[in-house]
Amino acid sequence: MPTSLLRRAAPLLALPLLAMLPLLGGCGDTAPTAPQGGPATEPVAQTGPILIGEYGSLTGSEATFGQSTHNGVTLAIEEINAAGGVKGRQLEVKVYDDQGKTQEAGTAVTRLITDDKVVAVIGEVASSLSMAGGRVAQQYGVPMISPSSTNAQVTRIGDMISRVCFIDGFQGYVVAKFALDDLKADDIAILYDQGQAYSKGLKEDFARELVAMGGRVATEQAYTGGDQDFSAQLTAIRDTSPDAIFVPGYYTDVGNIAIQARKLGITAPLLGGDGWDSAQLATLAGDAIEGSYYSNHYSHEDTRPAVQTFVSTYQARFGAVPDGLAALGYDATKLLADAMGRAPSLSGKDLAAAINSTTDFPGVTGTITIDPERNARKAAVIVQMKGGQPRYVTTIHPKGAEPAAPAEGAAPAEGAPAEGAAPATEGAATP
Amino acid sequence: MTRLLQTLMDGVAVGSLYALIALGYTMVYGILKFINFAHGDVFMLGAWVSFTLAATLGFAGGAPPWFAAPLVLLGSMALCGLLGFTVERLAYRPLRNAPRINVLITAIGVSLFIENTGQLEPIGWLAERGLAFPFGTRPQRMPALLPDATLFEVVGVQVKLVDVLVIGIAFALMGLLQWLVFGTKLGRAMRAVSHDPKTAALMGIDVDRVISFTFVVGSVLAAAAGFLAAEKYPSLNQPAHSTWILLGLKAFVAAVVGGIGNVRGAMAGGLLIGMVELFGAAYLSPQLRDVYVFSLLIVVLLVKPEGLLGKATVEKV
Repeated sequence: MPTSLLRRAAPLLALPLLAMLPLLGGCGDTAPTAPQGGPATEPVAQTGPILIGEYGSLTGSEATFGQSTHNGVTLAIEEINAAGGVKGRQLEVKVYDDQGKTQEAGTAVTRLITDDKVVAVIGEVASSLSMAGGRVAQQYGVPMISPSSTNAQVTRIGDMISRVCFIDGFQGYVVAKFALDDLKADDIAILYDQGQAYSKGLKEDFARELVAMGGRVATEQAYTGGDQDFSAQLTAIRDTSPDAIFVPGYYTDVGNIAIQARKLGITAPLLGGDGWDSAQLATLAGDAIEGSYYSNHYSHEDTRPAVQTFVSTYQARFGAVPDGLAALGYDATKLLADAMGRAPSLSGKDLAAAINSTTDFPGVTGTITIDPERNARKAAVIVQMKGGQPRYVTTIHPKGAEPAAPAEGAAPAEGAPAEGAAPATEGAATP
Repeated sequence: MTRLLQTLMDGVAVGSLYALIALGYTMVYGILKFINFAHGDVFMLGAWVSFTLAATLGFAGGAPPWFAAPLVLLGSMALCGLLGFTVERLAYRPLRNAPRINVLITAIGVSLFIENTGQLEPIGWLAERGLAFPFGTRPQRMPALLPDATLFEVVGVQVKLVDVLVIGIAFALMGLLQWLVFGTKLGRAMRAVSHDPKTAALMGIDVDRVISFTFVVGSVLAAAAGFLAAEKYPSLNQPAHSTWILLGLKAFVAAVVGGIGNVRGAMAGGLLIGMVELFGAAYLSPQLRDVYVFSLLIVVLLVKPEGLLGKATVEKV
């Protein structure tokens, strides 16, 4: 009896599950199946401008991310074209707005590849969106460079996907190390955005590195991006009286978090990641964010000539100081053009191989080498909010890659005592 | 004890904001029997118009003069009232005799229209003259027009002037509305139209005028809520951000929980939702704060589908 009942009920149970399938599959399903990373595409046109695709959040919740990146890309393309283009051809960029929405990101990349026939794609900033777009690019065998998605999963999609920024495993290490060594803060509370892959990933990386280096997570609290009231989480954090609070979220939420933390009488500094990077941060948070620190891809105060030239041309062109996202958009485009020049042809396979074999590319955000996992291996900077400006504090290099090495012989392995690595940080105070 | 009182005060403050928005939903439903999904966007506009007014009139930075807050509040209420009137006139009135689903879909269209035009970059000609309109995609900081003072301290709870004013202004407006609906001739007309529009028209009531008036009142209250929310949570998310939709949705839940179509129900529902959300966040888990609100909706719909005060009072607006 029970068996027959079950058999009769089975189709009924299956129905809602079937209905959910497209939701679960996400954007990968919207694209027709193409050979996995296969020898790409039709023969690419040999004359006329080379078309590059870009997708980003030009509108929507984190619109400054997409807009800054697009400015960086635009500036790079103008410079490349003024210098004669690539392989004697001019570059052109086609950009689609994904409104910061996952489903739109998949659609945008599909359109870029199938309708516009771009040879490569640049995007996105938010890791959740890069993953959605990256799956499509991988399926069609078109190379994609993410300028600034730091979640480790992004490039694991496949050999077509690479990035010009560091990953969260490193960023978590950077913030943890800075907190322990420079701030002498070892009891740190975490407040993260449970709706963002970036925030969750960075939180886990940070907590792991912090504990490995001898620190302690005072408490972990979560919010959802767009929340306005953080009093419950902040009260719980205040009860543990931590030395610092790590908020690996986006700048749009950090404003209200900082204001409410100060109202509740919390004086501990806030720490953040590159999601804080926007000129709007100081506007939103005002005095409440003064003295807080975050890790970033570059500082506009860096004295290297490459940085200063970029900052002044960008300012002349767009009338604003470039943030890290603009610099990464610029670097991603320049690196792509460089790879195009080296690639024997512009087919997806050749181009991806050229991108993935990039070594010591001189970028604004540092010297970029694409490692076997298609991530960029480079240093991070820590900046502090002072007088409404992010001011340069220090540079932290990847483990085992500290330059001019007092501690070279004993490059600290994972979990090694923090003291061993301390001189390297101080030695690198000039970027 | 400290935590209990703190949560209680925050709950009342947030709840009274929900109540103010819920009133607009419930009044329109009471009269037209349709959910005005664009109402949450009027609330968003209330906040952003307040910000733009404050910035244009030079109240940002420094200590603003005492008249800044009332001026911005009334200005925002007036502009949003005008918008509510226009939306009803242009989008809903032509559909007065159309099936209700058409009006509902139009409301969603109006909502998307407001959000997406709201996040256009400011028109250059206006921006040069100091008026940043539309609002653009960048989040902004609302200037503190209400003084950031602590009134007094009870067992460790700092009672902030902002919270007291939020609650005070919200309750004053609700009292005013109560008087308007139940104590004036126009209010009687509103209740009559809500009860039976055809008969009301036969009795010489100008139904179109009453409906217009209802939209204006609802929008004015939502604008006030927008101003107060911006003062309490000064970091304003950009116009198309999901946070505005969520706040509008919670206010809608408040209207349904209180008994949609019922003015006192919307006030009670708003306060209840605020309490449930804040107490849940403080004592259970802040991760699930939205879950408490929507679970309450499910429970109410299962147990008492007409809402808490749905049938208890016969007056509908």
